[in-house]
Amino acid sequence: MTPASVLAAAPVNMSRIRGGQEPAITPAATLEPLWVRVLLIGSALAFLTLFLFIPLVAVFFEAFKKGWEVYLLAIIEPDALAAIKLTLITAAIAVPLNLIFGVAAAWTIAKFEFRGKNILLTLIDLPFSVSPVISGLIYVLLFGAQGWFGPWLREHDIKILFAVPGIVLATIFVTFPFIARELIPLMQAQGSEEEEAALVLGASGWKIFRYVTLPNIKWGLLYGVILCNARAMGEFGAVSVVSGHIRGETNTLPLQVEILYNEYNFAAAFAVASLLTLLALLTLALKMFVAWRTNENEAPPYEPDRNRS
Amino acid sequence: MIFNLFGSIGLTRTAAPKFTPPRNATVHRKVLPGFHLNLGFTLLYLSLIVLIPLSAIFLKTFTMTWEAFWQTISAERVVASYRLSFGMSLLAGLINAVFGGIVAWVLVRYQFLGKRLIDALVDLPFALPTAVAGITLATLYAPNGWLGRFAEMVGIKIAFTPLGVLVAMTFIGLPFVVRTVQPVLEEVEKELEEAAVSLGANHWQTFIRVILPTIAPALLTGFALAVARATGEYGSVIFIAGNMPMVSEITPLFMITKLEQYDYAGATAIATVMLLLSFAMLLTINLLQSWGRNKNNSNAAS
Repeated sequence: MTPASVLAAAPVNMSRIRGGQEPAITPAATLEPLWVRVLLIGSALAFLTLFLFIPLVAVFFEAFKKGWEVYLLAIIEPDALAAIKLTLITAAIAVPLNLIFGVAAAWTIAKFEFRGKNILLTLIDLPFSVSPVISGLIYVLLFGAQGWFGPWLREHDIKILFAVPGIVLATIFVTFPFIARELIPLMQAQGSEEEEAALVLGASGWKIFRYVTLPNIKWGLLYGVILCNARAMGEFGAVSVVSGHIRGETNTLPLQVEILYNEYNFAAAFAVASLLTLLALLTLALKMFVAWRTNENEAPPYEPDRNRS
Repeated sequence: MIFNLFGSIGLTRTAAPKFTPPRNATVHRKVLPGFHLNLGFTLLYLSLIVLIPLSAIFLKTFTMTWEAFWQTISAERVVASYRLSFGMSLLAGLINAVFGGIVAWVLVRYQFLGKRLIDALVDLPFALPTAVAGITLATLYAPNGWLGRFAEMVGIKIAFTPLGVLVAMTFIGLPFVVRTVQPVLEEVEKELEEAAVSLGANHWQTFIRVILPTIAPALLTGFALAVARATGEYGSVIFIAGNMPMVSEITPLFMITKLEQYDYAGATAIATVMLLLSFAMLLTINLLQSWGRNKNNSNAAS
């Protein structure tokens, strides 16, 4: 038996200790009368229809209102393509950086006890509670012409504000907490017994993470990455402050949507918007898939066969 | 390393006196590797990306005189924007507390067609870029839009009025209450409900006396999160708001206006006010969450 297979078997043993969950079946005695149920389901559906389903349908309806040709032309237009490219580049830089941070922060917070942990947690949440406009403003104050580093940057001919680096920085700020926030509760719930067992068996820090922690958190990690990516590609407020709105150069997809809309080019605006909506729907579908996988992993709490090998 | 592990466990076991609460035993447990490296990296990245840039706001504000600062943040047009931003986000939070609560209830307790799809779609406002939400809601609720048309018939204008701001803020805060209440509702112990019913309580009494106290912290947390999100919201609101000064101009937009006039100090002063308010809300949310945790723990323990 290799050390790796010992480590891989550990989760099975742990889940046996934790035990399975009871199936959720509503007993008849506590079930509300039919009219109450119908009323509640009805009002929930009415609310969601008004605020979710109709807007979702409307995006695609407006996008295809003038037919396929207009839709395709709006997307393959050079400015739109440049916006797609910039959006992809931004996400490709912001997401991996926040992924590394998220894992490091989650490991620190979930596996160790130290003074000031709650403050650290609150600080990680900060970008969530800051208005996107402020997230952009801080980079204007740092790198703008009148900013702290403004004169120095101009002397050295480095452009951050109203250029790609500024957009990337603002995006990193806005998506900063996503992965950490997804991982911390997950890793806290899992505790560190398995990692400690691996340590006793002589595994190194990296090996513990790779073979014990990662398999346990992979779905949560994937979900965090998906969410972070969705927000990175869709961020509007912060990016709008730092971008400078130069067509074909510093416009991301959401900014392109705004420009087209303000030019009363609604069909094109909704065509580009439909791309972002598809991204959102893909994100939700992946989320469903991840939730389904997690449930499936938890469903059989104890498999003696796998344990014996 | 192995010695370290056993050593520390042994120490805490022998050294801990009988009356020390058990959690003390874990406080000094740093047996796993990588604490200093990861903490160091976390703090460095946090400082570079969040703390130093954010401190720029406060440092910039300190360059203003108190009079100039006060004049900027108490100008008539700014005060009108606070009233709109905070008033409407509180209202939107309330709408979401009621309907989000109902959605969570329905999703947890009843079976119906399309439930899983609806459950997944609740997160749409999280995943949908705000600009897309903004132009869609503006189009829908415009006087000739699918939904605005009906409001127009009864003489209500939604888009390009404060009501439009409310619609956008409700949309953006929709998932918060649902997602905070849902897990708590799933954990509500059936036995307690059955006990209430067998003691003669009707459904309404069971809900008010047994279920509501359990989900109250989560409901409040969701409400506070939705309000916090809506106050700072920019993208989804500006398209539908109409952005008339004094009437439908939200505070974040006012900051943008200041920035476009190169009035960095003015924009920063307003940002300071908003930041302080969001810190206060963040603190409230954290307190609510720890209240909820303690409540659930004591419930589980009893």
